[in-house]
Amino acid sequence: MSAVQETVTDAPAVEAVPKRTMTLGTGTSLVVLALLIAAPLFVKNFIIFQMTMLLVYGLAVLALNILTGGSGQFSLGQSAFYAVGAYTSAILMEHFGMNYALTLPIAGLICFVFGFLFGQPALRLSGVYLALATFALATAMPQLLKLGYFEHWTGGVQGLVVTKPDAPFGLPMSQDMWLYYFTLVITIAIYIFSVNLLKSRSGRAFMAIRDNEIAASAMGIDVALYKTLAFGVSAGITGVAGGLGAIAVQFVAPDGYTITLAISLFLGMVVGGVGWLPGSIVGSAFIIFVPNIAEGISKGLSGAVFGVILFLVIFLVPHGARQVAMVAQHMLGKLKKR
Amino acid sequence: MELFTNQILAGIATGAIYACMALAVVMIYQAIDHLNFAQGEMAMFSTFISWQLMQWGVPYWGAFLLTLVFSFAGGIAIERLLFKPLAKAPILTNVAGFIALFAIINSVAGLIWDFTIKQYPTPFGSSPFLGSQLISTHQAGMIGVTVLLLIALYFFFQFTRIGLAMRAAASVPESARLVGINTSWMIALGWGMAAAIGSIAGMLIAPVVFLEPNMMGGVLLYGFAAAVLGGLTSPFGAVIGGFLVGVFENLAGTYIPGVGNELKLPIALALIVTVLVVKPAGLFGRPIVKRV
Repeated sequence: MSAVQETVTDAPAVEAVPKRTMTLGTGTSLVVLALLIAAPLFVKNFIIFQMTMLLVYGLAVLALNILTGGSGQFSLGQSAFYAVGAYTSAILMEHFGMNYALTLPIAGLICFVFGFLFGQPALRLSGVYLALATFALATAMPQLLKLGYFEHWTGGVQGLVVTKPDAPFGLPMSQDMWLYYFTLVITIAIYIFSVNLLKSRSGRAFMAIRDNEIAASAMGIDVALYKTLAFGVSAGITGVAGGLGAIAVQFVAPDGYTITLAISLFLGMVVGGVGWLPGSIVGSAFIIFVPNIAEGISKGLSGAVFGVILFLVIFLVPHGARQVAMVAQHMLGKLKKR
Repeated sequence: MELFTNQILAGIATGAIYACMALAVVMIYQAIDHLNFAQGEMAMFSTFISWQLMQWGVPYWGAFLLTLVFSFAGGIAIERLLFKPLAKAPILTNVAGFIALFAIINSVAGLIWDFTIKQYPTPFGSSPFLGSQLISTHQAGMIGVTVLLLIALYFFFQFTRIGLAMRAAASVPESARLVGINTSWMIALGWGMAAAIGSIAGMLIAPVVFLEPNMMGGVLLYGFAAAVLGGLTSPFGAVIGGFLVGVFENLAGTYIPGVGNELKLPIALALIVTVLVVKPAGLFGRPIVKRV
């Protein structure tokens, strides 16, 4: 309301997470990996399907984590990238008869380009304004997919049915189990890629921008390039996740990719711990299982139960699963010293 | 030409809804520096309270005043109980808190008053206003109330001690604390006022969109968009932004071929993003200068 311009030394929107604490140690990683490999051998197909979705959403949350935790940009538009990836895979498989595995890199590439281009106008925006722009993208996407012009390809409101692939080479596995291991391999590959990306020169540039944009540009970092690059990489990974999700669910439809999905992914990131990559899987578990648990506690009040659980989580551990992991690590360290 | 003027009038009428909501959004943004995603649900809950009071036989204006008091107290209570402990938590955690609040209020309202659509009375009547079919007396009354509210807020923030203290606490908390302003309570007060303004918006909107737990979903989106378009730092900008969004949405729906009701929202949002790319602080917002 006053005419005088304010001078503000803003605190960074996302708190600085040191690079070292962004990943797990080798030992812990191996234990988690062993668990992920062994688990499907002992459970029913439906649970294997849920675990596949756990990995898929884990990837999507990881992508958002790179964008927000890495480069400090908000996005409520991840569902749009997820939708583009899912539709790319579905259309390539159903209309062109392409092998499902080959559609994923294409989905990733298309989403990378899409995200990179979207990052261009988004460059001028930050904080809530960026949140609104990405939000606009997320609300527009289901409507665009329903448009009559593309109906031949997208199947309009009805969507497309995707065939589930069989295990290759005559492996004695159910479709669900094969898909789970296929997803697991891709997830691990992308996880390793992301960890290395954040450790690289580009990753350091992301973090410098997150911590202080002006200082970063003064150090000679091409802020515009790296910000759009972060958008591109994040969108690309989300696209792969979307493609995998489409194959796992065997169905794509515009209403599966509304703003609710984007909000879920965002919640997953917060619960998992912003900027802590392994937390993505914890966050993904939260968004898949907690709504079911809430439904189980009370049908009529499931929303309220979900909200209360969410409040409990952010009150007890405002930094998400990362905080829990840190405390655990600290206690282990103490035990070792004795 | 006739069609054009009519569409603009209709746009102004819907714009008044968005302006009301945007005003509430900006109020709380001024006080706490966050966009409150649960704002719409808080307004919806207040509206239900007033409806319930009227069902119990309280006259309209009595229910109106009681609801204002209730919302004000409720806003303060929510801040004290839920968001004060989160003041030092990261911003993203706060946003997750808003989403949780949204889920809780929506679900509780659904349980108490169920999801059927309810009629809500208007104090202004719904006959055509000045002989125009497109704008009813209720909508004219809504515009009037919004403008009055804006003027009252202007005087409050410009000329009263407490209004000045609130602004000081929001823009430079450290210095405000040094001159003896209780910044923590100023934030609570901001929540209370935002909740009260939101409830006014809710009670004005309810006769148009009808009363049900999800009535605010769309309205809040437009309210956010309007607030951002006008500039989050300017209540005046928020109101203008609300009218602009309303008018543009109507014109796009009428004149751009292939734009049905479905595509109205994406188009309105696209316009807003375009405006933001040219003017990143909104039309009337103050650019914030950053120092390293």
